[in-house]
Amino acid sequence: MMSDAPGCAVRTVGITKRFAGVVANKSIDFDVMTGEIHGLLGENGAGKTTLSSIVSGYYQPDEGEIYVRGKLVRINSPKDALKLGIGMVYQHFSLVPRFKVVENVLLGLDVAGQKTKDLRTLANAITQRSAELGFSIDPWAEVSELSIGERQRVEILKVLFRGASIIILDEPTSVLAPVEVEGLFRTIKSLASQGRSVVFITHKLVEALEFCDRMTVLRSGTKVGTLSKSELQSTREIVQMMFGAEIEPTATRAITRVGDEVLRAEGIVVENDLGQEVVRDVSLTLHGGEVLGLAGVEGNGQKELAEALAAIRPLKAGRILIGGKSISGSNPAEQYDLGVAYITDDRVGEGLVRDLSVSENLVLKSFRRRPYRKGFVIDWRTVEKETDKLIEEYGIVALGPKSIVRTLSGGNLQKLLVARELSSKPIVLIANQPTHGLDARTTQYIHQKLIEQASQGRAVILISNDLDEVFSLSDRIAVIYRGEIIGLLPREQATREQVAHLMVGLRETSGGAQTATETS
Amino acid sequence: MFVSFFLGSMLRSATPILFTALGEAYGESAGVLNIGAEGMMLTAAFTAFVAAASANSLLVGVIAGVGTGIVFGLLFAVLVVTLRADQIVIGVGFDIAAAGLTSLGLRVIYGTAQLPVLPSREVVDIAPLSSIPVIGKAFFSQDAMVYLAILLVPVFYYVLYRTRFGLKLRTLGESPMVADTAGVNVFLMRYIILMLVGAMAGLAGTYLSIYQVGFFRDDMTQGRGFIAIGVTMFARWNPVGVFLASLLYGGAESLAGGVQALGFLRTIPNEVVLILPYIFTIGGLVALARRARLPPALAKPYRREL
Repeated sequence: MMSDAPGCAVRTVGITKRFAGVVANKSIDFDVMTGEIHGLLGENGAGKTTLSSIVSGYYQPDEGEIYVRGKLVRINSPKDALKLGIGMVYQHFSLVPRFKVVENVLLGLDVAGQKTKDLRTLANAITQRSAELGFSIDPWAEVSELSIGERQRVEILKVLFRGASIIILDEPTSVLAPVEVEGLFRTIKSLASQGRSVVFITHKLVEALEFCDRMTVLRSGTKVGTLSKSELQSTREIVQMMFGAEIEPTATRAITRVGDEVLRAEGIVVENDLGQEVVRDVSLTLHGGEVLGLAGVEGNGQKELAEALAAIRPLKAGRILIGGKSISGSNPAEQYDLGVAYITDDRVGEGLVRDLSVSENLVLKSFRRRPYRKGFVIDWRTVEKETDKLIEEYGIVALGPKSIVRTLSGGNLQKLLVARELSSKPIVLIANQPTHGLDARTTQYIHQKLIEQASQGRAVILISNDLDEVFSLSDRIAVIYRGEIIGLLPREQATREQVAHLMVGLRETSGGAQTATETS
Repeated sequence: MFVSFFLGSMLRSATPILFTALGEAYGESAGVLNIGAEGMMLTAAFTAFVAAASANSLLVGVIAGVGTGIVFGLLFAVLVVTLRADQIVIGVGFDIAAAGLTSLGLRVIYGTAQLPVLPSREVVDIAPLSSIPVIGKAFFSQDAMVYLAILLVPVFYYVLYRTRFGLKLRTLGESPMVADTAGVNVFLMRYIILMLVGAMAGLAGTYLSIYQVGFFRDDMTQGRGFIAIGVTMFARWNPVGVFLASLLYGGAESLAGGVQALGFLRTIPNEVVLILPYIFTIGGLVALARRARLPPALAKPYRREL
């Protein structure tokens, strides 16, 4: 057995983990040095989260060893990991929204062997610590009131207070607005400069290249290699490592000639589930053959707007016209029949039923129509034939029309959802975060499908917080902020910087200086 | 005189509800819904009676009743925490099984003979407070169990909202995964809490049989376990709220009893009067608990899964 190089914080040797026969990690050797920012790259399902969950004690490996600061350890639970100074910031935050910041930080302090503090002392310490890291947070605020970026800072504080010297961040940038990402990078850099080790999980190459000292690439559960910044020749090389083949990012789509107006929203006001007006006086028009990009940071009313357009959510005021006809009062099924398809951002919550089969999910919206309907019953034979066709056309990896949706991976779930919505041949397609959390290959596939829709004369609304996506697909770009469209620009006139600033509510004034719009 | 009697009787009627509901408040805050409270109370009422009768001691009865509750709580934990069975199904199963088993047990042990007579409950006078007019007798001349129930209220409140144990407990109901990643042993915690839930239901059942009436009768809990669950939601899992809501229920029950005993309003049939506490509970639930926000993890088994 080789001994660890000095300065090695964590090293795994031959980690193997299987889930129900599927190998998620196959004999992985991985090491992180003290004070290092180490990128862990790979597409969805490459085994990044599994590996880090093993290191942080959430899963136990089937085979392999873990060394922490040169000593062989057994990590049987998150508690053991905390004691060894390993803390993980999960992708879907592990905070209790109903608790105050300070309560969330307190939780687990004693398990990690940290000194017990009363809430007031701890609150002061939180204020001080966050100032050191270059941000401010109100320790007495309830987490549910915080923005996504602020919650992430609380997560980081939480693991720091637990005494973590090795911090694993699982896809930390996927939920952030561009401006917030910069802040996160500064925080991570200051952590590393304090001698902590940071493992940064991502599938966004640009981020990893920008500030990781070394990068380890995983592909389908195995390690492809580790590269230091100086060894890296080109981004192509690392893309090749990640995917085994080159994937070009979606090329910017040529602006198309637009057709007739198909959808018009006039002064619509929509409430969220809590009865707050989250879409305020929004008007927009949509023409056949165009892609309207709706950019915005999550939680600015875009979901409610999309749901209103799909008739899932009632309008408080205003009206929506489709093909010149007002559709107020129609239900989602009628809207679907009118030709409005909706790809929800909540794939398995709203979009698909986990415990139904692939074909059952596919006819969930269209079973009333021919040829699926035969008198009072559903013609399953026809449904399954159609399912087979779509599985093939969309390259959905499933064991067949009868396989249960729960068993599909994230990318395949999304393909299934897209297949269902597009197969209805809609007039208007609303795509809400259609590539969120997907790897580059699936993302590109979905992009192609959306472009295809537009070139067939359909109108597409693309809701996204990913600027690359918005810029490469849209003809026009609208920015939604606190329920209002605060900018609407033809793509050729828009700049990324401008849209990024609009997304956080910074509007350019005539003098060129930027001011925050109405703070409420 | 009537007021004093009414207040005293209100406290005694509230006591079993309070015991069970305090336990339920902890269980539900930790994400475990114990629909089996009724069955646990009934079984404990039975074992407490049998033990107290054979040992001729109320204390032995209390120990037996609480022990029964703990055993039930443990069994419930094995089924719903470890084996991840559905909490509602198991709870209902407990209720049905308890009704049958206690009824059978009573006949097996005592046949058709007269039930033995228990030693009577001891009233503890807290002098000189018990001589305060009107409320003195009602509040400071009760049996030890009533005092215990009331004393537990601040203890339960303090532990739930002011201690780390309480914070961890509430986290289990919000998100067991958060608790798990914070190093809390979710399974062990839920076992401990369910044993406590059982013990509290055990105390409640014990009080019903050997303190309140001095005998055991088929289905003597009469839905009090379910009422306690209602009271818990009504109070939104706050032990102080649970206390107040239990008092309201106790008031309704003793009012019903009082109206009956004093022969007021003879025109109203007895049955209608006896329905009062239940109507009150349903009304309260509809009015208040409708908007209650349930702990997100309530009644969901936990397993590690990302």
